Amino acid sequence: MSETGAQTVAYVRDTMLPAAPAPQAESGAIRWLRENLFSGPVNTILTLLGIGIVYFLIVTFWDWLAHSVWNAGSLSECREIIAATWGEGARGACWAVIRDRWNQYVFGFYPRDLYWRPTMTMGLMMVALAPVLFAPERRIRRILLVITAAVTLVSMIALSAPAGWLLFAAVMLIGGLVISERNVLWLLPFSVVFPLLGVWLLWGGSLWGPIFVLVGPALGWLAYRAMLRVLPAASVIVAIIVTLLFWLTLAGEAARDAENLLSLSIQSVRSDRFGGFLLSVTIGVSGISLSLPLGIMLALARQSNMFLIKSLAVVFIEFIRGVPLITLLFVASLLLNYFLPPGTTFDIILRVIIMVTLFAAAYMAEVIRGGLAALPKGQYEAADALGLDYWKAQRLIVLPQALKISIPGIVSTFIGMFKDTTLVTFVGLYDPLKSMSDAVRASTDWKGIYWEPYIFVGAIFFLICFGMSRYSMYLERRLQRDHR
Amino acid sequence: MTDVSAPGNPPFRLSMLIHDRRYRSLTFQVIVFILVMAGLWWLVDNTIKNLALLGKNFNFGFLFQRAGYDIPQTPIPYTSDDTHLRAAVVGLLNTLIVSVLGCIAATFLGIIVGVARLSKNWLFARLMTVFVEIFRNMPLLLWILIIYAIFTEILPTPAAYRGEDAAWSMIFFDHVALTNRYTALPTIAMTNDPGSLDLGARITVNWATISFVAALTLGVIARRMIRNWAQSVQDRTGERPRTWWMSLAVMTVPSLILIRYFGLHLVAPELTGFNFTGGLNVSNALVALWLALTLYTAAFIAEIVRAGILAVSKGQTEAAYALGLRPNRTMSLVILPQALRVIVPPLISQYLNLTKNSSLAIAVGYMDLRGTLGGTTLNQTGRELEAIVLMMLTYLALSLIISGAMNIFNARVKLKER
Repeated sequence: MSETGAQTVAYVRDTMLPAAPAPQAESGAIRWLRENLFSGPVNTILTLLGIGIVYFLIVTFWDWLAHSVWNAGSLSECREIIAATWGEGARGACWAVIRDRWNQYVFGFYPRDLYWRPTMTMGLMMVALAPVLFAPERRIRRILLVITAAVTLVSMIALSAPAGWLLFAAVMLIGGLVISERNVLWLLPFSVVFPLLGVWLLWGGSLWGPIFVLVGPALGWLAYRAMLRVLPAASVIVAIIVTLLFWLTLAGEAARDAENLLSLSIQSVRSDRFGGFLLSVTIGVSGISLSLPLGIMLALARQSNMFLIKSLAVVFIEFIRGVPLITLLFVASLLLNYFLPPGTTFDIILRVIIMVTLFAAAYMAEVIRGGLAALPKGQYEAADALGLDYWKAQRLIVLPQALKISIPGIVSTFIGMFKDTTLVTFVGLYDPLKSMSDAVRASTDWKGIYWEPYIFVGAIFFLICFGMSRYSMYLERRLQRDHR
Repeated sequence: MTDVSAPGNPPFRLSMLIHDRRYRSLTFQVIVFILVMAGLWWLVDNTIKNLALLGKNFNFGFLFQRAGYDIPQTPIPYTSDDTHLRAAVVGLLNTLIVSVLGCIAATFLGIIVGVARLSKNWLFARLMTVFVEIFRNMPLLLWILIIYAIFTEILPTPAAYRGEDAAWSMIFFDHVALTNRYTALPTIAMTNDPGSLDLGARITVNWATISFVAALTLGVIARRMIRNWAQSVQDRTGERPRTWWMSLAVMTVPSLILIRYFGLHLVAPELTGFNFTGGLNVSNALVALWLALTLYTAAFIAEIVRAGILAVSKGQTEAAYALGLRPNRTMSLVILPQALRVIVPPLISQYLNLTKNSSLAIAVGYMDLRGTLGGTTLNQTGRELEAIVLMMLTYLALSLIISGAMNIFNARVKLKER
């Protein structure tokens, strides 16, 4: 056939034509515009609408942002500078208020000469968090810890920290970095001890208190080892009882006696001096670290086949989820005095932390329950088939998978809780958003300033919450085990 | 063959309470029960002692005393001479008003934003992403305060609307005026008022409202009957009759007739003296709270809607097209039922969150349940225990009712698995 064809057809091309360039409208930026912005009438309208919104935002806010004043002592001075620089009637943002009240926003009413203590605590917290948050990533840890060490030490020098504490901070931060380079798991003991250290550094007082708090679990562990030989099934309960008994009866006395023998105390700071972001971060971090284990326990209890345990968990979770956090905070501030033995008072921040923890734990329990339910039944059966007991099955097989599934929900709960720390303003604590801005406005210098404080506080919250949600995405990617 | 007898039940020993799995859970539950009871007893005992020390008792008699304070927004008639109970009911109604308005607006806005985030339009999708991230990552309290500050600091006094060349002019065809104290909205007036039905306790409902509710209910029932009829015709003949005009008619015509009959019309607010009168002056506390709750919750709902739509695989759309379904029937019969299954449960919890978050009304001085029962009443009577317990129980009941109602809806859209 082809031969006949070759004879009958007058001309056959034996080389390919050179490729012509794509039409103008089908290449480069124009194509992108056509495909993404103007692909149809609806799309074009949407694009125009979007351009309109962006234009409106720029027109409304641009001159206000462009005429920013960073150096002024009061709002009237700010306005004078704006009027002098950009002419009469010009609008402008007065960020000088942030500069002027920076310390108040960060530390609240914490004693001025002790600002270095929260700063150091924050730096040490990063060291404690590094092995928990970034265990397999040496590079991220290195960047994080180097920045933390530099920022913390420079700030501490700027805040005129005592030389001894500066040395302590340097040893801890650089030691942390070195250990993190060698083997990050060696930092875990520090992560465990850090909560007590942090509480001591923030509130001050005697070091013997935290030490004797640590002695409790140590005694409990000894009791556990002793009971293991006699009555293994009850050993955990005995250990818990021993710990609690020690805390409730002996610890306070022992700490006082030890303090009399050898004084190890630093200046103590009352809770009402806390405020600003120091307060938010204190409540937020404690709430986050306490609510996760409590939430896991509640979720397991709700899935339990013991009727009583299950009903108690259901009642607790549904009750907490059914009432607004604000009412729980009112319970903490007004009603807790009724529920405790006459004459007991305890710290308002601690009460708020307890309530926030319970609140977040109930939501966390529901999130984790979703993860537990999403796990195929075969996993539970496999654990049984391997002969694992309940706790081993949960620890080794069920929870690692269930928690991985629930990461997005868990982190949203954390974010929600951190945002909710602003509600403490309604029980008289100085949160950075409302109380602190009101306090700033109460002074004659900054009377009538609204937008700048709100935008500043909002931006900080945005950074922290957005960072948390990005971290959850990173964690999901890191834990992804299926190959797709 | 040796005789293998089944091991009989071993005699019960005390140690089996711990070592035997059959008894261990029982032992454990008994211990927990005793501990919980002891804890409760301890709390109650402490409370009784503390109340005795303070010379107080636990009773709700204060609810029937004279409240003695005014509430700016009263959905049912209320004066300061009324009881604390009535004040609490007014507060509860105010909570419900802002919650219902917020849920409706947040659902609409959330659906629009969620769908827009999936749009192929690059610019618009990015803008919606920015909206969602900004509102989700900042505290609700911030939005309430900012929006309230916009209303009180930027908007003018009613006087700014005076004169021929006023600095501000009313919007929506001269029907709405935004001022720094209230938002003046038009009201609905009737030329042919049928009078009101007295429900007792000085609560009245206008007969016009009742007839509108009745007309709409009947319309919904009639629409359902029309759809059943269309379905039976389709089952018989294979042809589905066009029913949209019938549905539209049964839903709207009775209402239109009623509007004519009662002579309903809008009355725009007018500036007389220093204030707008004639219309409905809604306090800025309500408007700011409503807007903040709407925007904040809409950002969450948008994410839920987006996730729900993404959860329906593309094959479903293609299969529906392959079966010859038109795009709108594909949406209503194939995509939506499946997306709703994913959307509804988290949507319920967003409605619950919105209702609970409305208690932040305290920040702008809107008198909701927290402001009346948990605020002024509590401070005036000094009955913290009773007021807070009652307030928590009310919120709890509200939450349970909402989640119960929505769970019924959820059960209807759920996948019917066989």
